[in-house]
Amino acid sequence: MTARREKIVLPLIAVLLGFLLGSIIVIATGRSPLAMIGAIVKGFTGIDLLNPDVPFNPRYIGEFIIQAMPIILTGLAFAFASRTGLFSIGAEGQLMMGSLAATAVALLVKAPKVVHLPLVLLAAILAGALWGAIPGLLKAAFNVHEVVVTIMMNYIALHVNNYTILNIFGSVDRIKTAPFAPTALLKDPWLESITNGSRLNWGFIPVILALLIFSFIINRTTFGFSLRAVGYNKEAARYAGMKVNRNIVASMMIAGAFAGLAGAVITVGTFTFGRALPSAEGYGFDGIAVALVGGNEALGILLAGMLFGGLKAAQPLMQSQGIPREIAGIIQASIVLFVAMKFGIKMVLQKFERKQAPSTEGDRV
Amino acid sequence: MTFEMLLQMFPIALMFAAPIILTALGGLFSERSGIVNIALEGIMMVGAFTGATVTVLLEESTPAAAWYGLLAGLAAGLVFSILHAVASINLKADQVISGTALNILAGGLTVYLCQIIFHQQRTRAFSNGIQKMTVPLLSRIPVLGRMLFIENYPTIYIAVAAVLLTWFVVYKTPLGLRMRACGEHPQAAASMGINVYRMRYFGVLVSGALGGLGGAVMVLTADIQYTLVSIHGTGFISLASLVFGKWNPFGVLGAGLFFGFSTALSFYAKDIPLLASLPGEFFYILPYLLTIVALVAFAGKSVGPKAAGEIYDSGKR
Amino acid sequence: MSYIVEMLHITKDFPGIRANDDITLQIEERSIHALLGENGAGKSTLMSILFGLYQPDGGTIRVRGREVKISDPNVATSLGIGMVHQHFKLVHNFTVTENIVLGMEPRKGPIIDIREAEKRVEEISKLYGLAVDPRARIEDISVGMQQRVEILKMLYRNAEILIFDEPTAVLTPQEIHELMQIMRKLVTEGKTILLITHKLKEIKEVADVCTVLRRGKLIGTVPVSETSEARMAEMMVGRQVSFHVEKSPARPGATLLRIEHLNVKTAKGVLGVRDLSLEVRAGEVLGLCGIEGNGQTELVQAITGLTRPESGRILLRDRDITHLSIKERTDAGIGHIPEDRQKHGLVLDFTLGENFIIHNYYEPPFARYGILNRKKIQENAERLIREFDVRSGQGALTAARSMSGGNQQKAIVAREIDRSPDVFIVAQPTRGLDVGAIEYIHKRIIEERDKGKAILLVSLELDEIMDVSDRIAVIYNGSIVAIVDAASTDENQLGLMMSGAYRPATAAAAQE
Repeated sequence: MTARREKIVLPLIAVLLGFLLGSIIVIATGRSPLAMIGAIVKGFTGIDLLNPDVPFNPRYIGEFIIQAMPIILTGLAFAFASRTGLFSIGAEGQLMMGSLAATAVALLVKAPKVVHLPLVLLAAILAGALWGAIPGLLKAAFNVHEVVVTIMMNYIALHVNNYTILNIFGSVDRIKTAPFAPTALLKDPWLESITNGSRLNWGFIPVILALLIFSFIINRTTFGFSLRAVGYNKEAARYAGMKVNRNIVASMMIAGAFAGLAGAVITVGTFTFGRALPSAEGYGFDGIAVALVGGNEALGILLAGMLFGGLKAAQPLMQSQGIPREIAGIIQASIVLFVAMKFGIKMVLQKFERKQAPSTEGDRV
Repeated sequence: MTFEMLLQMFPIALMFAAPIILTALGGLFSERSGIVNIALEGIMMVGAFTGATVTVLLEESTPAAAWYGLLAGLAAGLVFSILHAVASINLKADQVISGTALNILAGGLTVYLCQIIFHQQRTRAFSNGIQKMTVPLLSRIPVLGRMLFIENYPTIYIAVAAVLLTWFVVYKTPLGLRMRACGEHPQAAASMGINVYRMRYFGVLVSGALGGLGGAVMVLTADIQYTLVSIHGTGFISLASLVFGKWNPFGVLGAGLFFGFSTALSFYAKDIPLLASLPGEFFYILPYLLTIVALVAFAGKSVGPKAAGEIYDSGKR
Repeated sequence: MSYIVEMLHITKDFPGIRANDDITLQIEERSIHALLGENGAGKSTLMSILFGLYQPDGGTIRVRGREVKISDPNVATSLGIGMVHQHFKLVHNFTVTENIVLGMEPRKGPIIDIREAEKRVEEISKLYGLAVDPRARIEDISVGMQQRVEILKMLYRNAEILIFDEPTAVLTPQEIHELMQIMRKLVTEGKTILLITHKLKEIKEVADVCTVLRRGKLIGTVPVSETSEARMAEMMVGRQVSFHVEKSPARPGATLLRIEHLNVKTAKGVLGVRDLSLEVRAGEVLGLCGIEGNGQTELVQAITGLTRPESGRILLRDRDITHLSIKERTDAGIGHIPEDRQKHGLVLDFTLGENFIIHNYYEPPFARYGILNRKKIQENAERLIREFDVRSGQGALTAARSMSGGNQQKAIVAREIDRSPDVFIVAQPTRGLDVGAIEYIHKRIIEERDKGKAILLVSLELDEIMDVSDRIAVIYNGSIVAIVDAASTDENQLGLMMSGAYRPATAAAAQE
């Protein structure tokens, strides 16, 4: 099997196995896997297989897209750091700081939309980048492993966010801030109306731009070249005269920028106010799943993001069918686990191929 | 801060220290055998969920329900860690990715099962967790007795016993020597006829058992039920304790106590004039912040098992 | 005649390659049997099969006349077969005793009886004259001592058949001499030795019988005393080889690289290079020889900018480059072929084309305004592949990882020579390569010399140093103890100087 084919086939197998395992768990706990599949199909396409009265509802498509947007961005964040050889679990915290910065600019700045909205997005990007810079700097200066630091930074971000929302932005009800001015929002009544009242918003524009920028930086620029060199072999990159530490910090900052943007897309897109959170919402871990399944490539991340976004969108539908919504998380985790087991899957495939080999050769002749 | 307050802090600090120490010892076994176990967080969640569930279900029929809960948590953690072992030992998965996947899985699975069993996103609250106890005789020792032996959760004694047992197994027995060899240089161990896969399985499964026990201890002493946020990063803090503790059982004990006290501080801050003016969130942040500070302080000095994280393949040399 | 070990018609396949093809090897008891072949000839595979690390795809093994199946190293051990690995399999933070008893620990109840273990290690060590301290930590003892620990591991397990895999690669001439004595002692005590090597001199010195492999096939088995080195070399390589490097006398010019009173710390924080001064002139190859770990690595890293020296100066054409970055030094005219090509020389997951531009990827023609020009990168790769005869499956797009060691090294040499630096730091350029590649790389080094470049050749292979260099500097304990003319020295003299045992009067005087 060629490397290219492998990159496509292995994640597909992992996805299939993940859904299979999910179905088994649903069956084992006495629920119907058909109901689950129905909910998932509805979550993705808006087509209702189980209820012929309302066969199609575009609202679900809108909801599916808004679920996919932030996790595509956190996927890009994980993937970008990953291409430089860093295992960053920090997207969650960077997202929260992005969200907090977006909240601050949305509440404090008064300006027309053409100025206000870009400022909100920019602030979120910057905040995410700065939050990402911290583990980057610690790694570069003290060689502190980024995995533990980024995890800790997530918890710190959570409490910083909550403190600021509750105490500085004068929370109305101990949960959220006052609503933002419309000039700060990605929302658009037209988008909502064509998707039958979903929360669909213009957030997909920055998401698409982010995907293009990711691909361009990594594949086409000299900067991307040096990042990849550092990611594959830090020592060799240093031998070649590259500034390894500067690349590590830059990479963590850009990763943080993607995650920060995700925070804005949620806060001024999906919602219209800043929120205090009881705990992390899992966008960071979703992003890891997206990036791993997407093979750390822009196109793969787009597809994987849509897959897991659809799964998230299907959660309330599953719950209403009596299947606990957490099955989506279980399926997602299993897919990641199967992706991680790619060597094992490859071994099985190779055995299978070897057994098949004589007959297929015969066919060709 | 008065001395009296310090004395009062002891039971709470030790309550939080016990699960950290137990889980970090689990991490010690896993990493000493050569497998990085970032799944400790998820293992604790599974242990906590199982511990709480068994306690809730048994408390009608036995007063020792919470103790069965601890055992069940241990067993559940062990079973859950088999996934990490299979993925990273047999199927050669990247250990950090496999661990991350298990952490996500643990969140989904435990709450899923809560919904199946209790029809809500958490377990039902148990009426009695592990009970505090006062040790006869020892409690009469001046000061020390007050600190360690009056109205403390017995879980800290379990944790300290686990530290001693770990030290004995890791440094004194052939098993420990072989396990450490697998974490430092698996090819060397293999060339001496040691089954590296088996040793690593041992390390990971012990980490599952201790992590599961740690999770159950945490929920049954510091909580009233299991929820998605019951563990809130304690598994990761245990991992950090392993790093400061330099992969040594007594170091882990010290680091666990350190984090126990830093958590306890948040409960007493409002009574300490200097700290009372700080927002409560500051104290929530403290353990995480201290972890980063300590990581930086120990940077470059603490060296873990050389081969931890490396994929071992008996076919390659 | 009775054979203690017989490997009959052994075949072993790896994906894409037949490592052993119908090989038969018969070893007499109490003999030293050499197994000769180049890298990749299949020696190590064959021995790994005998030691139970691999399973053969075909053929049978007999030990003491009985057919056996050696499914893992435990079986080999129980048959009395032991192996001293080329890359020692020692746990660095364990003691000598812990390494030796690992897996067969004497116990007192559930506890390891470490006193008893130490006593037994000491006894065996004495019996064979190995003089190893059982309580020392591996990381604190010399490479030669570590090898003895490897030998002790086998003796502790009562091994009768000892496999030595390239045992001399890391040793000094004196240590090699001692090892040969140990081997003879082992044979007189009743052991049988299988010596894997590609060094003919050693075979001549110590072995009784020699079996030659080439590209996975058995070429023949010959009695050593009746076979010339040249004949064995021909069997090994498949053609007549001259080990002598063809070159005209050097015509040295101005000094291009000057090192003055350099002090460099090792990674562990102690001084690895001490007050070292050295000059390399245009048009000459200065060979730096010494035992591994005497400051060569630190010196090379200081010159190329990978570590900062504590004090002293490095001058390139009289320009002080001591404090320049790696990049600035590269631009100033330092070329570097690093000692570890896979770790430092190449990004294995990059394509060959990407590896060729790793120094100047950001410059025209390869990039403009920060954007890569794929076409130019491709053209550059095709040109270098042609000029330097780099064999690669898919040209510029070949993954460096998939190439053979020799071609990987050729790619690095191509990249560095193409940049045409004034001063070349060449470290271990031929380690692990076959004779053809070695000849080629030596030829290119001499060509660069003749173009007027200054070349500093760092090598652990004395033969390479003596063949290629014009002058030889001997490094010991971080300092240059002597600089001698390559034509007027010999292996013994160099060996003594490398071990610090002997210093020429002038050098000694300069040091005092």
